[in-house]
This record gives sequence, structure tokens and C-alpha cells, in this order.
Amino acid sequence: MLRVEARATLGALALDVALTVDAGRCLALAGPSGAGKTSILRVAAGLLQPEAGVVACGEEVWLDTARGIDVPPERRGCGYVFQEYALFGHLRAWQNVAYPLTGLPRRARRERAQELLERFGIGALADARPRTLSGGERQRVALARALARGPRALLLDEPLSALDARTRAAAGRELGDVLRAAGVPALLVTHDFTEAALLGDEVAVVDGGRIVQRGDAARLAAEPASAFVADFTGAVVLTGVAHPIAGSATQVELDGGGVVTALDRATGPVAVSVYPWEIALAPEHAADPGSTRNHLTVEVVSITAVGNRVRVGLAAPQPLTAELSDAAVRELELRPGSRAVASWKAAATRLLPLTAHQTVSDKAS
Amino acid sequence: MRPFALVLGGSLAISLLFLTLPVAAIFLDTSPAELWQSLGEEGALDALRLSLVCSTTSLALVVLFGTPSAWLLATRRFRGRALVITLVELPLVLPPAVAGIGLLAALGPQGVFGGAIGDRLVLTTAGVVCALTFVSAPFYMRQAQAAFEALDQTWLDASRTLGATEARTFARIAIPAAGPGLLAGIALAWGRALGEFGATLMFAGSFRGITQTVPLAIYERFGTDFTSALALSAVLVGVSAALLLSVKLLSGAGWLGGAAR
Repeated sequence: MLRVEARATLGALALDVALTVDAGRCLALAGPSGAGKTSILRVAAGLLQPEAGVVACGEEVWLDTARGIDVPPERRGCGYVFQEYALFGHLRAWQNVAYPLTGLPRRARRERAQELLERFGIGALADARPRTLSGGERQRVALARALARGPRALLLDEPLSALDARTRAAAGRELGDVLRAAGVPALLVTHDFTEAALLGDEVAVVDGGRIVQRGDAARLAAEPASAFVADFTGAVVLTGVAHPIAGSATQVELDGGGVVTALDRATGPVAVSVYPWEIALAPEHAADPGSTRNHLTVEVVSITAVGNRVRVGLAAPQPLTAELSDAAVRELELRPGSRAVASWKAAATRLLPLTAHQTVSDKAS
Repeated sequence: MRPFALVLGGSLAISLLFLTLPVAAIFLDTSPAELWQSLGEEGALDALRLSLVCSTTSLALVVLFGTPSAWLLATRRFRGRALVITLVELPLVLPPAVAGIGLLAALGPQGVFGGAIGDRLVLTTAGVVCALTFVSAPFYMRQAQAAFEALDQTWLDASRTLGATEARTFARIAIPAAGPGLLAGIALAWGRALGEFGATLMFAGSFRGITQTVPLAIYERFGTDFTSALALSAVLVGVSAALLLSVKLLSGAGWLGGAAR
């Protein structure tokens, strides 16, 4: 088990986190850039000394500021994959992989490095210099190098961000296999929620130096604890002022016009979150569109095909997005500039605090 | 755009003319025969040998002590760091005469540390090495510090997480990766040491075969035999140019991996 607790002031950022990851599990640290995700990895690896903190892996204590323990990075045995991979440009691919293999004769190091490269399917590139490798090949060399000494924990900083979109999906699947096979605790940093959901057994959303919510990806998407998490997981977020109404419901007057109803309770300024696939569109002057309680007159701004769905950008006048089938878009004859009514259930509407650390709903009533 | 291009081209032409004319004149004024003959003169080969021996010895000392010092200055932040850097760079701006006086005051027979070592340095070959080291070290250390500071920090971090101590990281990653910058520093320091005149004259004197390096030999001939001084100058230009060129070729060919990114 890897345990990281750290408090540090890093410029304008106040880092204050505590987390544990079990062996064989991967915790994805997801959040916007500047949130402090990489700093958490650096504390774990011993490259950054926090003002106060504890880092422990299994039985070993790597850092305990209260007891004056600080094991240097070279004795922690973390496999760290850096964001741009940090391959040594003056060494060949195999020499990069063999770099951590000290205390072996040159021949044995070369053989071991070759084995690792074969495992990642790039045995033929052993003599190549890093600058001649593609992004995907570099990532594999970096992974092979990080695994060469049998690390006690894996730390991966945006392992897929330097890859192009086509390589990314395959590299992501491969990385998932590697993480499972390694059987050690893994921390993975990403700014992309989809990537976090794909690679992490659990996701911790990091914002402003703190972990604002942790859980499996599906739960974070279904029950975001704050507007930030909702926005980060891909929900539409509208702002407005809430006041309770009869029937234990809440009505929110949206900034810029429009009223929506939710079953969460809140008063005062709130964020309203709803997922794009919960939003249906109907012609502007159609008959009552069924049982949904929320109806907003909207103008179509953009229409983008994403796989077998279509994302329709809307102005209400706050921006929101609906996700529809291709057929529905054709049937409604939607195009930029046309008007429609967007509707969704009150039950699909979440009310969230506007800032990450406010509490909402139950306490507000 | 076009007038500006003319200004740029014109400036370069004037600079180039001014900087190459004296060098070219040395060769235009010396025939190959004279050059050959002057080398055969008494003292000329001695001076050349002394120049090479003393400058390479001082260069070895500068690299041996200067490289770790530069690494320390590049990687550590401590109180008084700016002061230390200023002190290291001070010899760059000192007039050679001041350097010579300073060396005498410190290491001469009546100097601060003179009692212990004075007689063994003043007017000896070791004294020449001492003077050359004093004036050339800052050229190398400045350049080396800049080269280390320009390294990609994540390489150094990666090396540490891969189990290498700082010492191993320094030897296996930092020095090869900073190679081109270190070589440039070596070229500057070597060039400065080869041309050293003032401090050597004051501290070590000008004795044939013992302390008379090529610049001192040129100065001695200058009063009596201009042609001979000219020929010896041509030799020094040749040696210096060969040195500069070989260092450039070394770093350009990626001799140390050409790790500059």
C-alpha cells in the first residue's frame, strides 16, 4: 500500500492532500493544470520535500517530517514515467532501459534491457536514439525503463498526453495491462477525465491543491460533489439562484433568464448540472413534451458529430449541450440558428455549490 | 525590410574586416620560409613547448576543480551564492597587471602565503601554470555553470528515481548532456591561457625554457627582431585557430552524444 500525505506551499498553490492506494490498484489523479497533481507524484518520489507529510510504501517509511525521515529518491525505488518521458538523449534506447540496472556486467544489462524492450514490442529499436523515436515508442521505452528494477510503486505523469489521438487508445489499453501486471500501487496523473476513467480503478479529482472528491469514475459522474467535479466529468453546468418551492423541490432562476426545477434542496446562488444525454430537444411550438418539468427555449449554435451521436451546442442564453442521435437531429431539421425547446427531468437535475468547498442541498433547507 | 538587411550585412562586413585584418596581415607579412626559420631559432620551440605544457596543465586543473564547483553553483541555492559567483568571476575583469601583483602579494616570497611556497612558484614553470590557472578558470566555470543550469531538470530527476545517486547522475547524465557547453568553456579557457601575458610576466618572469611562453617570447623579439616576432605570432595564431576549430568539431560531431536538446 502506498500512503501519501503532504502539506506544502508551492507559489500560490496550497497543497494539502492525503491518499492511499492498495497494491495492484491504480488511483488516477485528475484535475486541471496547476491543481497540484504532479506535485503529489514528486512528493511520493522524493523529488519535492513538503513542509509536513508522510510517505510510506508497504512497511517502509520514505518520508516522515515529524520524525525527520527523508529517504532520497534513489533509494525509494519508484518507477516514475515523466510527462515528456525524460529519456536520456545521449544514450540509446537499450542504454536508457539499462541505466537503472547497476551492479551487472555490461552484457547482462544489455540482455535484460533487450528482454524488456521485446516485451513492449520494440526490441528492434534497442540501438535507436530517443530523438529518432515516435511518441508511442518513447512511451514504451520510458515504461520499460521505469519497470526495469521492479519498482515498489509506479508514478505516471500524463503518460498518454504526448501521443497523438490514434496512438492514444492502443497505448492506453497497453498501459492498463502493464499496471495490472505490475501488481504495485500506482498513481497516475491526467487532466482528462475520460483517461482517468479508462486507466484508474478509482479517480481522485484534484483542484486547488486538494482532493475534492474520490470514487470510481461512474460514481463521480453520477453524483458529483461540486460544480467543479460535474463540469470536469463532462456535465452541462448552468448558474442561477435557488429557492425552495412546494413539494420538496427547488426552483432555480437561471442567470440570463429561464427557470428550472430540481429535486435537490438549496437556497441562494447554485450551479445546476445535467448531463448532455439527459437533454431532449423538441420543435419550438410543439405540444406538451411529456412528463419532464424543465423546458428552456434555446437557439442551436453548433452541431458536431461525435461517433454515432451528435452533440448540439445550444444557447439558453447560457451555453448548454444536448447529445442526440443522428436520426433525431435530421427529424428535427436542426441547424445553427434554428430554435427549439430543451427539456429534461427534474430528477436528472443536480444542484451543486458554486465553489468546490461549499456544502449544498440538505443543509440548506 | 531591405534597408535593414543592408544595415545588417554592412555591419557584419565592417566587423569581419576589422577583426580579420590584423590576423591576415600577420600571415601576409610572413613568408613560409621565414616562418620555418623562426621556429628553428633558439628559444622558439622551447616557448611553444612551454606554452602547450603550461596551458594544458592549467586547463586540467581548471576542469578538475571547476566542474564540480560549477555543478554546486548551478544546482544549489544558499546564502551568499551571488557573492561566491561574483568572486569566481572577478578575475575576468581584473587587468592582467593587477592579477600579477595579486599573485605576488599572495604567493610571492614576501606574500601572505609566501613563507611556505613562495620560492617554489615565483620565476618557475609552476608559477606560469599558477598565473594561467588564475586568469583562465573563470572562463570555464562561468560557461560550465550556465551549461549545467540549462540542463533539462527532468533528466536529473529521472536519473534519481532510477536509483542513481547525485554523484552518478552528475557523472553519467549531467556531464555528457552538458558536454557541448563544457567544451565551449574549455575552448575559451584554453584560448585565454595560451594568450596570457601580463600576469605571467609579473609573477613568473620571462626566462627562456623555464617561464617564457610564446606571448613572452614574441614580446622579447618585438624589440629586436620584428620579423621573428611576426613569425612566432603566426605560429600562435595557427595553434589557437586549430584548437578552436577542433573543439567546435568535437561538439558539433556529437562526440559526447551531442545531448543538447
